[in-house]
Amino acid sequence: MSELASKVPKLNRLFKFQFEKAQDCYVLLFPEGMIKLNSSASAILLQVDGTKSVGDIVAALQAEYPDAEGIEEDILAFFEHAEQKRWINYV
Amino acid sequence: MSENGPGAPHQPGPPLWLLAELTYECPLHCPYCSNPVNLGSREQECDTDTWLKVLSDAREMGAVQLGFSGGEPLLRKDLEQLVAYASGLGYYTNLITSGIGLTEKRIAALREAGLDHIQLSFQAANADANDLIGNKRHSFEQKLKVAKLVKQYEYPMVLNFCLTAQNIHQIEEVMALCCELKGDYVELATVQYYGWAYLNRDHLLPSQAQLIEAEAKVNAFRDNQDGKGPHFIFVTPDYYEERPKACMNGWGTTFLTVAPDGSALPCHSAKILPLTFPNVKDKSVQDIWFDDFAFNHFRGTDWMQGPCKTCDEKDLDFGGCRCQAYMLTGDMYKTDPVCSKSPDHHLMAEAVAKSQTPERELVYRDPKVKIPITEI
Repeated sequence: MSELASKVPKLNRLFKFQFEKAQDCYVLLFPEGMIKLNSSASAILLQVDGTKSVGDIVAALQAEYPDAEGIEEDILAFFEHAEQKRWINYV
Repeated sequence: MSENGPGAPHQPGPPLWLLAELTYECPLHCPYCSNPVNLGSREQECDTDTWLKVLSDAREMGAVQLGFSGGEPLLRKDLEQLVAYASGLGYYTNLITSGIGLTEKRIAALREAGLDHIQLSFQAANADANDLIGNKRHSFEQKLKVAKLVKQYEYPMVLNFCLTAQNIHQIEEVMALCCELKGDYVELATVQYYGWAYLNRDHLLPSQAQLIEAEAKVNAFRDNQDGKGPHFIFVTPDYYEERPKACMNGWGTTFLTVAPDGSALPCHSAKILPLTFPNVKDKSVQDIWFDDFAFNHFRGTDWMQGPCKTCDEKDLDFGGCRCQAYMLTGDMYKTDPVCSKSPDHHLMAEAVAKSQTPERELVYRDPKVKIPITEI
């Protein structure tokens, strides 16, 4: 796995992550805005707690979804995207 | 909505954005104020219980972004109580403030109450210009102190500058100040001409050359940021555009404003229209949003006249802004004159031409303390 595996992500304090009943999905809220998240992004962000590394999160999700193929690549791609969008930063 | 046939009931989603205008009272008297010319009196303001009910009703429907605004919302003593309640309901709470009156004690109490974000307005990049535009001495100094406290208490901070002919030449100083203050987002919003601002339009509207120059400077600044520092958002005014803005993302689709007296509005300027708007003191937010005549009036496209009615862009901009159509043409059903397809589009060029030589003086809400603004 890439060097990303040892990094520990946490949610950028600009964003608030919560489930929205009316939207029936998890969302990221930020000043005057909202991003609706798909189920994979939500599953990953549910693991982000400022203590688990990316590698830990991959392992946890692989255990949770043993039949999902290529899950590691998807997770790494998500973290790259999330960092670029400033949703997360690294501890 | 036309796919459902004419007269079919519209099924709007929930109001995702609730703007709670707690009071019109304000320590500043900016000439670009978009609040109504007639502000009513404080005795008409909703009491705490009315606001609590509005907050829970709208949240139940699915509202998620909540702005506490005004006027200056800090003038309400129940602000902390309202924030705590809203936060408990799961709203993302935004305080939209001039910063005047935001002491450390209150900023800590609001943090404790669960406030998520503070948007702080500035009028210009230095004390002289800032205090003249807001018509309040020492306000710049206070805003600087507040900005430091906002960061100290780890709130996300949005800095808001309303750009007009009075301050647009300071755009580079404005951006430098925002970096110094460590704003997370910065709104460089060229003023829209509603409410009191409309009275001062000839003084405030920047020239097209000024706008082009300002936008170029913002773009150049962004290019040198290297992914660091504030995220700058430049909001262009529509007077120089060929297509209208998709005002409020469509009437009664996303935004609900509750004015200080409890009037429920699809946008914060709509009270000027010749419609009767409902009041949260009399009706539930649900009844208002789904069933009220005024809220349903401009939903969908059935209300449109030409050229909107047959336009292939009508689902993109919804005919533009109803308030602007009414203010500029006297007919709220007309196409927003910003649109080059509108037979009234010449009004925009006329307004721009008129702004080069204002006929009357700039007017403040509080003429007693008028400072001659032309000295900036």
